[in-house]
Amino acid sequence: MGRLRSLLIPGVDKQLLVRDATRVMPDLARRRFIAGGASLGALTLLTGCDVTDSFSAEEMLKQISKFNDGVQAAIFNPNALAPTFPESAITKPFPFNAYYALNDAPTIDGKEWKLEVRGLVDNKRSWTLEELYKLPQVKQVTRHICVEGWSAIGSWTGTPLRDFLKIIGADSRAKYCWFQCADAEGYNSPLDMATALHPQTQMTFKFGDEILPRAYGFPMKIRVPTKLGFKNPKYVISMEVTNDYKGGFWEDQGYNSFSGS
Amino acid sequence: MSSLAVNEQPAAAATSTKVVQPAWVRTVHWINAVAMVLMIMSGWQIYNASPLFDFTFSKSITLGGWLGGALLWHFAAMWLLMVNGLVYLALGLATGRFRKKLLPITPEGVIADTRAALTGKLSHADLTKYNYVQKLLYAGIIAVGILVVLSGLAIWKPVQLQYLTALFGGYDVARYVHFFCMAAIVAFLVVHVALALLVPKSLRAMIIGR
Repeated sequence: MGRLRSLLIPGVDKQLLVRDATRVMPDLARRRFIAGGASLGALTLLTGCDVTDSFSAEEMLKQISKFNDGVQAAIFNPNALAPTFPESAITKPFPFNAYYALNDAPTIDGKEWKLEVRGLVDNKRSWTLEELYKLPQVKQVTRHICVEGWSAIGSWTGTPLRDFLKIIGADSRAKYCWFQCADAEGYNSPLDMATALHPQTQMTFKFGDEILPRAYGFPMKIRVPTKLGFKNPKYVISMEVTNDYKGGFWEDQGYNSFSGS
Repeated sequence: MSSLAVNEQPAAAATSTKVVQPAWVRTVHWINAVAMVLMIMSGWQIYNASPLFDFTFSKSITLGGWLGGALLWHFAAMWLLMVNGLVYLALGLATGRFRKKLLPITPEGVIADTRAALTGKLSHADLTKYNYVQKLLYAGIIAVGILVVLSGLAIWKPVQLQYLTALFGGYDVARYVHFFCMAAIVAFLVVHVALALLVPKSLRAMIIGR
């Protein structure tokens, strides 16, 4: 509180000051990281103090989150399989969850759709759905765990991503597979290579033995049972093998980037 | 006078020089207090994203502003809680403090002291000795502290630590265990803080040691 008091300008109503300041700040609704952070940030801005010079809880938390990425990568066992379940354990109905309503989910024409492949791969040609459907598929019944805490068991069928990476001649020493999606705001998410090569990480074409419905990401989602749900992109339109960290829709807003289970 | 006491000022009254809480206990106690409050308040915000029961926590008492912010706090403060907790357990065992302070706990002792406490006859004259109710509560809260960390790890890493998660009866059950451990800690906290305020010299001992 001492620091806060020293930043106050005599004769200025602090409530009005904060209200004015928050009005010019970007999209608070989504980026309110820390309660109270906005007012402290607004005060330092208006008093002309360099925010980076002062203690910033938000910056500290981001650094610790990066540290946690490293810790999780270190304890990630590439041979540890996510537990599998009998079909009788499948959650019905399986929840739809996204930052948009189901009505706003992308509607994709499977005949027009192509998976674009970019980056550190030998063969950059795009793939039609028909071509992808011809690749060998496996089924897995695993638990989907949402960052919100709830979980649901589902059945996903598709091609192990590591098989596809081999087919396209991807550089498996690259750091990430970065996925981009078809929805309006351009969902995207980076997947670390160790997880991309995990035997259960899958290019999913079916849910519960049926062609992947629109709700669950038609025509293709990436199912990653060793990650939280938001690291399982739906409506995928392109994949880039890269050494650059390109960020992600939720990762950029503060969700831990590794988010391993 | 206890043989444990460090008497550097012979002139001073015996009671004021008797070390009730050694420095390491005071240090880990207050670090734990900060870590626990951060974990509980951010945990409430995380709970609100997918409530287990028919209620949510008021935003005025949660930390993080939204789920993403709360998770950042929770997974930062967990290091403070875990490392500090391990230091506490290691020193508690190594110095013999747990054995000397918390054992033995007998059912007769607990019943007698509970009765004394409820009738207002429990003495706090000697702060260096815990009564049986204190022994039970302090030993119990250490166990709950271990359980809250283990159930938290089971929720955080249900694949990498899947045997631990299975031990709790699976991911969904581990969430309930984690919640009830939190509830037990909050209940303890209410009683603990109330009694510290009722017996201010115990609070003083946890701050300056005597």
